Amino acid sequence: MSVKQISVFIENKKGKLAEATKFIASHNINLRALSIADTQDFGILRIICEDPEKANEALREGGFLTTMTKVLAAPISDEPGSLAAILEVLSESNVIVEYTYASLSEKHGAYMILRVDDNQVAAAALAGAGIKTVDQADLF
Amino acid sequence: MANYYQPEVECASLEEMRAIQNEKLVKQVKRVYENVEYYRNLMDEKGVKPEDIQSIDDLHKLPFLTKADLRDAYPYGLLGTDLKNCVRIQSTSGTTGRRVVAFYTQKDVDMWEECCARAIMAVGGTNEDVCQVAYGYGLFTGGPGLNGGSHKVGCLTLPMSSGNTERQIQFMQDLHSTIICCTPSYAAYIGETVKEMGLKPEDLDLKAGIFGAEPWTEEMRRNIEKSLGIKAYDIYGLTETSGPGVSFECEEQTGMHINEDHFLAEIIDPETGEVLPEGEKGELVFTSLDKEGFPLLRYRTRDICVLSRKKCSCGRTLIKMSKPMGRSDDMMIIRGVNVFPSQIETVLLKEGYSENYLIEVDRVNNTDTLDISVELTPEQFTDTMKDLTAKEKALANAIKTMLGINPKVHLVAPKTITRSEGKAVRVIDRRKLHD
Repeated sequence: MSVKQISVFIENKKGKLAEATKFIASHNINLRALSIADTQDFGILRIICEDPEKANEALREGGFLTTMTKVLAAPISDEPGSLAAILEVLSESNVIVEYTYASLSEKHGAYMILRVDDNQVAAAALAGAGIKTVDQADLF
Repeated sequence: MANYYQPEVECASLEEMRAIQNEKLVKQVKRVYENVEYYRNLMDEKGVKPEDIQSIDDLHKLPFLTKADLRDAYPYGLLGTDLKNCVRIQSTSGTTGRRVVAFYTQKDVDMWEECCARAIMAVGGTNEDVCQVAYGYGLFTGGPGLNGGSHKVGCLTLPMSSGNTERQIQFMQDLHSTIICCTPSYAAYIGETVKEMGLKPEDLDLKAGIFGAEPWTEEMRRNIEKSLGIKAYDIYGLTETSGPGVSFECEEQTGMHINEDHFLAEIIDPETGEVLPEGEKGELVFTSLDKEGFPLLRYRTRDICVLSRKKCSCGRTLIKMSKPMGRSDDMMIIRGVNVFPSQIETVLLKEGYSENYLIEVDRVNNTDTLDISVELTPEQFTDTMKDLTAKEKALANAIKTMLGINPKVHLVAPKTITRSEGKAVRVIDRRKLHD
């Protein structure tokens, strides 16, 4: 149970992020979740969208540097402590979380995108705690 | 082996070569003294008369010419014959702000083209080859020189000039080009474009490339050889002496044979001007032995290299020069350390980056800064920040180990560093703008 995320290399220069998002829009790609990590020189734009293969292909053809990674999408309830509960489960199973960000879908409400060192172990641990990670299709 | 254009010269014994050089030098000095007032004054100042030069052993008595002299004498001051005897002008790009204009008689043009013909034959060129010349044509010597050499060998010559890269590749395919001549940075760009067009090196008939007019490294040679499926050979020259073909590589690829029957080479200590023995590193100095239009004697090239008479497996006896470690013009002094861009390029290519890079030097708060931007390849891009910052750090460390100074490395997206169709601009020194 994992989701495909596209990461795009963005130079830390004026207009570069706008250029990438404009490109994504012009290819009719609807974003479901997004996060940006950055250093002084460059950033990584991470996106979840409906047809990741097609979107990735389009971005590459458009000259963008991209890579696809499998990440987990875990639904999260709208109450205090629910993120802490997820992270605790992962920590107890010795799963290392590289990064995480939040998003919303109509079907599942709020959910967390998690990049971890071992998707299988993490998904199993979450399932054991009653948290069912979802598929790409479930997000749309 | 029959790949010599003029075997009697290219394979001459040392004694034979000395005899050619002695005879030509004595005549040339006399002619220059008579015809070139500027150089006559330099000789008079030094108290040297044409009669003092009896053989190449007397060469060291002659005064040097430098780029500053060329500027002072611009445009006609170093002309060696009447203008009506000249048929051609070539000129440098003037990127360093000092344009050089050189004059050629028909004999000069023929000699220059013969030198290029020797270079083409040395890479296996014959009248069965199709030679695509993708150097710029015009005032720049690259296109006209190799074009003439290709004619002399009898190759079918494609005078493409540089640029319009997809068309270059289309011609390569349709007309089965076997030899390509251009700057190494343009060769690398053609290689990149071949891949982008979905072609493989096997789809081309190219077997050899002759690349010069800018410094390049062994790593870059290997990259070009792989991307175009060829053997890549170096060629050296300068407008001041003629153009490309002053020296050229043979199949051994271990340095360039100097056409020393036309260009007498010396290595000097750039500080003292003292002549150094064979095998020592120093500044390359050329004396044109038979140029008529622009006959420079003891011209300081500011290229740093080594000469060697070690026996070559190709059979040529012409003295060899090492690849210049960079023009002394290219050398930057950063925080008191001598830095050649080629040193940085060597590290970049070794670490798996491309030859598309930009070096920026500046001075902030009285301290020199060195910023190096390199393009990330799709294979190198990963999703996590820590991998990418580790890559930046590893590269900065490797450069620091090489130079002894700390650079700031910037990873940039592919295709963001401007490509060049001629000589690549890889260094921007902003300190000069402030001073």
